[in-house]
Amino acid sequence: MGAGHGHVLYRESASPVHRLPPEVKIVAMVVFTVAVVATPREAFWAFGGYALLVAAVAALARVGPGWLLRRAMIELPFVLFAVALPFLGTGERVAVAGLHLSVEGLYGSWNILAKGTLGVLASLLLAATTTSRDLIVGLDRLRCPQVLTQIATFMLRYLDVLIGEARRMRVARISRGDDPRFLWQLRGFAAGVGALFLRAFERGERVYLAMLSRGYTGRMPAVWQGAGAATTGQWLAAATVPVVAAAIAATAVVLT
Amino acid sequence: METLAMHISNGIINGPVAAVFAALALAALTVCVLRGRRDLDDRLAPMAGLVAAFIFAVQMLNFPIFTAGVSGHLLGGALAALLVGPWVGALCVAVVLVVQALVFGDGGVAMLGLNITNMALLGTAAAYLLIALLLRVLPRTPAGLAVTAFVSSVLSVLVASQGFIVQYWLGGTADLGGNLVGLAGTMAGAHLLIGIGEGLITATTVVTVAKVRPDLVYALRGLRPAAAPAVPAVGGVR
Repeated sequence: MGAGHGHVLYRESASPVHRLPPEVKIVAMVVFTVAVVATPREAFWAFGGYALLVAAVAALARVGPGWLLRRAMIELPFVLFAVALPFLGTGERVAVAGLHLSVEGLYGSWNILAKGTLGVLASLLLAATTTSRDLIVGLDRLRCPQVLTQIATFMLRYLDVLIGEARRMRVARISRGDDPRFLWQLRGFAAGVGALFLRAFERGERVYLAMLSRGYTGRMPAVWQGAGAATTGQWLAAATVPVVAAAIAATAVVLT
Repeated sequence: METLAMHISNGIINGPVAAVFAALALAALTVCVLRGRRDLDDRLAPMAGLVAAFIFAVQMLNFPIFTAGVSGHLLGGALAALLVGPWVGALCVAVVLVVQALVFGDGGVAMLGLNITNMALLGTAAAYLLIALLLRVLPRTPAGLAVTAFVSSVLSVLVASQGFIVQYWLGGTADLGGNLVGLAGTMAGAHLLIGIGEGLITATTVVTVAKVRPDLVYALRGLRPAAAPAVPAVGGVR
């Protein structure tokens, strides 16, 4: 695959995590997240353990903490919701710095913050180490129905088509004397959204026909050629993270 | 608070409820895969991909409502149901959600079942039922189609937002007590505005597509007289 198939979050590198087959990383990430969510919220130490795991994988993948934290901003709306909980919650209240806060609400916001952040960091690590094409190959190898992988393939491919077409239409508008600024741009956008869709579809249809004529049958060549699928050793290597996480979760459940 | 309904993050809803909805979503998606496989021909495959890409792009546009804390984005369930049908449409929205959860951390992976139930299943199903009904009742004109697209978008967004309320009531991790009704009201109000925005975008898109390439609109397939006049493509290239 040429350039342009890595998405915005992909970080080019040759670290051990990057080299792992995608299906292994997807399973590890999902199991890790489920373990985190299943952990009782009172087990504060367990979340520290998870954070250490995430930090270790990030270091191994050579993804800097600054990059991770900046991208984790996507979580911000939930943080706002979490901050409101101690005030909205009912039940027993404690005084913290002169404010009467609900204990239940404090636990609730801790729960959302800790689990949400760990989940976001885990998926960012997956995104940083896996190209979108690899992601689909991984899903296919995990026996994901072909209808779904096909839709996902086209979606990721057509995103670029859509963006390119939007850019071309914008250039065409500007070159005809339109002056798109902040809010006025919206009107042009609304008028052009139907045309954008049609143009993108017709370009996309040609892309699809070109793929068909080059032997596309609904799956990526990398999958049916069968090369590069995960070996037992790679599964075992990647299993360390979810196994440790599951052990932490199990201990936390037993202890609380 | 708005984004909450759209993409539920890890830890908002407790584990057992999330697991139940994951099983429910998995079962419903299996049905969609089985039915959708029959629908997905050479014309629908690129269309499904484009619809998914369009929804993906449109969901990135988060717009704030009322205050900074409340923001929301479009869903696309009605657009998907109109253009590629309910089965493939639900799959399109589900694919968008899965990719967003896996790659962008938007919506927790463990909460995927809840998110898929709200947006892919409830949203698309409500939209399609309404579309099927309205297309029979309303005149078969561009205006009728526009009204259908608009109304079904508004309603599908509202239904999806109330799906979250039900889930929160069943297994919210933080007890809001009597505030649940208030939350439902806030959600419904905010989503009415989102729904209107979504309805306008869906209506303009679908009406344009229906004018130029009526063969591409799934919802019109059974209703149009057979052999619709062949319309040359924009730019004349096919």
